[in-house]
Amino acid sequence: MKKSGAQILIECLQAEGVDTIFGYPGGQVLPIYDALYDADLRHILTRHEQGAAHAADGYARASGRPGVCLATSGPGATNLVTGIANAYMDSVPMVAITGQVPTTLLGRDSFQEADITGITLPITKHNYIVKDISELARTIREAFYIATTGRPGPVLIDIPKDVSAGQAYHEDPGPLYLPGYSPRLEPDTAQVARAVRAIEESERPVIYAGGGVVSGFAHGELLSLAELLLAPVSTTLMGLGGFPGDHPLSVGMLGMHGSKYANYAICDCDLLIGVGVRFDDRVTGKLDEFAPGATVIHIDIDPAEIGKNVGVDIPVVGDVRTALQRILEKLQPRLATRWRDTILNWKKEYPIEFEENGRIKPQEVIREIYNVTGGKARITTEVGQHQMWAAQYYTYTRPRTFISSGGLGTMGFGLPAAIGVQVACPEEIVIDIAGDGSIQMNIQEMQTAVNYKLPVKVAVMNNGYLGMVRQWQELFYNRRYSYTELQNPDFVKLAEAYGAAGIRVTKKSEVRPALEEALRIPGPVMIDFQIEREENVLPMVPPGEPINKMLG
Amino acid sequence: MQHTLAVMVENNPGVLARVAGLFSRRGYNIDSLAVGRTENPEVSRMTIVVEGDQRELEQVTKQLHKLVDVIKISDVTVERYVDRELVLIKVSATPSQRGEVMQIADIFRARIVDLGAKSITVECTGNDGKINAFEESLRSYGIKELVRTGKIAMLRGIRGVQTQESGVRNQESE
Ligand SMILES: Cc1ncc(C[n+]2csc(CCOP(=O)(O)OP(=O)(O)O)c2C)c(N)n1
Ligand SMILES: [Mg+2]
Repeated sequence: MKKSGAQILIECLQAEGVDTIFGYPGGQVLPIYDALYDADLRHILTRHEQGAAHAADGYARASGRPGVCLATSGPGATNLVTGIANAYMDSVPMVAITGQVPTTLLGRDSFQEADITGITLPITKHNYIVKDISELARTIREAFYIATTGRPGPVLIDIPKDVSAGQAYHEDPGPLYLPGYSPRLEPDTAQVARAVRAIEESERPVIYAGGGVVSGFAHGELLSLAELLLAPVSTTLMGLGGFPGDHPLSVGMLGMHGSKYANYAICDCDLLIGVGVRFDDRVTGKLDEFAPGATVIHIDIDPAEIGKNVGVDIPVVGDVRTALQRILEKLQPRLATRWRDTILNWKKEYPIEFEENGRIKPQEVIREIYNVTGGKARITTEVGQHQMWAAQYYTYTRPRTFISSGGLGTMGFGLPAAIGVQVACPEEIVIDIAGDGSIQMNIQEMQTAVNYKLPVKVAVMNNGYLGMVRQWQELFYNRRYSYTELQNPDFVKLAEAYGAAGIRVTKKSEVRPALEEALRIPGPVMIDFQIEREENVLPMVPPGEPINKMLG
Repeated sequence: MQHTLAVMVENNPGVLARVAGLFSRRGYNIDSLAVGRTENPEVSRMTIVVEGDQRELEQVTKQLHKLVDVIKISDVTVERYVDRELVLIKVSATPSQRGEVMQIADIFRARIVDLGAKSITVECTGNDGKINAFEESLRSYGIKELVRTGKIAMLRGIRGVQTQESGVRNQESE
């Protein structure tokens, strides 16, 4: 029996194991929405396509399965762009599906035509426009395969309306044929041997672990390696949770707002083992003074990351988990006991701290969130100071529990991402740690949370500023607060207008009770924490400085 | 240093945009780029001449490899190879100057492909050095128009830049 392109699409999604898609309808996806009407596939209607993309992203990060979003052509597709770029920068497996004008109208500036494959060329791992219905099933299979294998990333499929409305037999496309795509999973044995030798010869090893550990499910192997060596482990923002933050060998985050002891450890080590990292400038600071005396081992699945920013002595290209296993099979344990003790002393000497006063300190709020949830929540964040405090003051012990926009730094990510996380983890507590600026970038998704009874909690660190920008203006632009002060809506009323609960917290003593109440409420809640207005994120490496020259 | 890369790509729409876009957004300079089909109708071959040190070249190559449509990349410059480029040059030439131009063309084994009342168009094939020299020697007559195809290159001897790929053939075997 012949089926419509839209039906074939849905069957293919189901065959890929997709249970939920996030989307927003429009003219060129009408055939797809018509097929969704009675399909056994959950569709979550967001209130903005950007929300759909971030929700798919959050779903993917929390579950490890690809997230799927759907939008119409033109403005629907361009509204996905930030979300796709966000997923690309953080290597999140995602498949974005867009409607397109019929093939006969392509290239004529037709109504709601946008060249979305052209637009997303630099922000997708790969993309497709399906001009023939007979290509549809194979394209979808390829898209999922590419999005989820190797270094994961977003893949976009643009489907013209005559293809989704057209009729064809749904035939199995057969085995994949991708002559130009072959991610290397098994590392080269010579590279592994060199890495093992360097590790055995080192006296002061440090492990620098990133998002690749989380996305590559390599946290168990990472823990074994660290314990075998007694090597301190520092994670990037993306790596938080990839190593238990409460482990004695954890030195927390490194880089611009990392801990002093992590940055000191990096600068003093004789061996740096980078695992699933990309030596981002927010991590390395001044490049030539980053781990200056160290031999550098870099383990990553993407060969193009090797030597991109930092010279690497020993590359190990392959799946991080497999690579760590191979190293562990060969490695003679060698305990860096003295080095470990030095690090433990630094941890005592230079703790991450803040000054308390009578007002509500954001750091305290984050600690209380940790306390009331027993550290078991899934945290998403927006972007700004609150994001850094969420990284510094909540201890992440499991992978995929800290979900934040690292590479792109997208304000407005946290709330829709939390929705995706809650869909993926319906039984868990999901909290978006938000800023008063960022939350207004996708606030409309409160309605999505309410409609689908997704009990996400939004903790707004309300400082009345675009705080992170204000901090830079304070420190580097003579306190000239140019357009960073915010006049905000009443967040409690706003929450209530959406049908959610709102709680305002103006006193220190109310912080904990408010959080407890929020957790008792079965639906979505927004809490407006009116925090100290000009608190800064410290410690801080000023831009262009080496990472051991920290303020604060 | 200049490198000549032979890049085998799947003959998909948009592949040129993918490659060109990669060069521009990563800030790599392309000196020349020539594309055409190969013995295999599903595969096109791009000959890309890039300027850069070893490190840059390595990055270019690795980033190109990440494009799903790119099947194989070879730096022919590190081996023994032949390279050729074709140029068409239209020079001003009055009937009395024609003889001189034709003599120069002869020396370079170039061919006259069009003759006008005031102009003469010549075609010349060769490597970079030859074409530059040819262009130089015609300059004094006044070059009205010039177009070069960009370089194409091939390894010497029996060995070729194989199109045999290492990619995914079969999902099940993964
Ligand atoms: C979409 C977007 N626009 C602009 C920025 C630049 N930016 C980074 S942090 C920030 C301030 C965020 O303010 P808020 O959400 O209130 O967080 P705070 O820093 O005050 O905690 C801005 C404007 C960004 N990261 N993303
Ligand atoms: Mg703020």
